Amino acid sequence: MVKRIVTGAHYGLRDWLAQRVTAVVMVGFVLCLAIALLISPPHDYATWKSLLSGRWMRIAAFLFLASLFWHAWIGMRNILMDYVHATGLRLTLQILIILSLLFYTIWSVEILWALELAWR
Amino acid sequence: MVARHLGSKKLQRTRPKFLNLMEIRQPLPAVISFLHRVSGVLLFFPGIPLLLCGLEMTLSSPQDYAQFQSLVASPLSKTALTLLLWFFLHHLCAGIRFLALDLHYGGALAQARLTSRVVLAAGIILTLLVSLLIW
Repeated sequence: MVKRIVTGAHYGLRDWLAQRVTAVVMVGFVLCLAIALLISPPHDYATWKSLLSGRWMRIAAFLFLASLFWHAWIGMRNILMDYVHATGLRLTLQILIILSLLFYTIWSVEILWALELAWR
Repeated sequence: MVARHLGSKKLQRTRPKFLNLMEIRQPLPAVISFLHRVSGVLLFFPGIPLLLCGLEMTLSSPQDYAQFQSLVASPLSKTALTLLLWFFLHHLCAGIRFLALDLHYGGALAQARLTSRVVLAAGIILTLLVSLLIW
């Protein structure tokens, strides 16, 4: 029996798992949306808007987008760690990616919850 | 067999060092994996901002909705959107394959080669199907 001394930051397994869980969440949403679009394809602004305006649809859409942004962060960080070896440049790019994803998150809330105001 | 060859000094001396990635013919599972990365980056940018722009335009007002429709109707944007759709569908299919590999399905060489062919074909076929449905 070898006694292993585990070192490191320990975020590897958590991120690996998060990458997969967010992927499954997104596949679930995309399949449901695709089925909904196939059953009753929205042909104009009103039907398209009413499809996305329901409370559960807004929550599901936001869960999808949040999963997408988290998934994108882990993927982009892995790619930067593999290909960008200059620490300063890598850090700059990572910060830009985090800031853009936070920006996208706020933007998504604005888009989806503007629908709620219109829905009432 | 392999171990004996590697152990032989003569072979070790003449073993070629050839690591030019552009010149090595990559096996199909490697191509699938590489395309998964490339499509991932392109879905991050310009994929995500375009998705949010489209969502905002189509949901904000009937005028913006009509403007979005006319923007999307041009052949150039149709081509770009079809490419993005392929990136998404390839990323999706290859991702499902990686999930299966994580669960130890399809790890044997023959299966891995077969499923990479299926993934590549499924991405392209689904892209054609969806673009036919939309346009």
